[in-house]
Amino acid sequence: MSRPKYYWEDFRVGETVEFGNKHVTKEEIIEFASEFDPQPFHLDEEAGRQSILGGLCASGWHSCAMMMRMMCDGYILESASMGAPGVDEVRWRKPVYVGDTLRIRRTCTERRPSKSRPEMGLTKFHIEMLNQNDEVVVTSDGWAMYGRRYPGAPVEE
Amino acid sequence: MPWFEDVKIGTRMELGSHTFTEDEIIAFAKKYDPQYFHIDPEAAKNGPFGTLTASGWHTSATWMKLMIAARRANAEPPDADGRQPPAGGPSPGFLDMKWPVPVRVGDTISYSTEVIEKIDMRSRPGWGIVRSRNVGVNQNGEVVMSFIGQGLVQRREPRKD
Repeated sequence: MSRPKYYWEDFRVGETVEFGNKHVTKEEIIEFASEFDPQPFHLDEEAGRQSILGGLCASGWHSCAMMMRMMCDGYILESASMGAPGVDEVRWRKPVYVGDTLRIRRTCTERRPSKSRPEMGLTKFHIEMLNQNDEVVVTSDGWAMYGRRYPGAPVEE
Repeated sequence: MPWFEDVKIGTRMELGSHTFTEDEIIAFAKKYDPQYFHIDPEAAKNGPFGTLTASGWHTSATWMKLMIAARRANAEPPDADGRQPPAGGPSPGFLDMKWPVPVRVGDTISYSTEVIEKIDMRSRPGWGIVRSRNVGVNQNGEVVMSFIGQGLVQRREPRKD
């Protein structure tokens, strides 16, 4: 792996960045749902129209997976990522429909160095996934772990 | 699904298990989470977990897969008047997703779900929200995933107030 561009030090509380441009196709919605979430409103256009969701739409887990991919392409693959211990909360606020174009808005809300591992820091992000109408379709809040550029160095906030 | 009125807090269901192969861990991660420790077995040896591990989203999506299969296998009988029980509804999201131990190649994860809360919906009198504690445990008894799931479930009779 080449030298990371982003370390824990590079994520500043209050900073907001936008990235990603993901067009959602009918084929990929059905492909994901067939394997992981085969409910009618994720598999069939007519069943989607007749459901409370109003149209064929992506599984929420697929939305999370697309969000993750955009985050990987947007910064994680160029970062000293060390994984994530989980996600505090995900809200599926609006359906993701066939033909939507999605992007990510990422805001750093908290960060702290790891006490037990001087080479690591933790960062909390508020992630919004937006569609082409600027509607927030998914939000996610959670911590992730990143390598530090200066392990154990004092931190000013 | 049972009707919302018939859902009982404390009801627990074993959903079965899934063994994660190297091929499927890599295939999922290449599409959705292509970090080197999810797609490259050699590079992963020097990564944060010392070995190839499944994306947490893969571990979680597999819970959904087994949940749907279990629901189908345990279909509710129709009401006395012949009315068919409801299909599962959508979800407003989840809380408190934890991946405390990574899923490694060859791990067999057993999944379960337990109803912990029922919430009336003011905005949708025909529906309620059911909250459940969902867990995945590996072959050594370690919890690899837990979260609080939420699903909309139809009521047999809409709320009047």
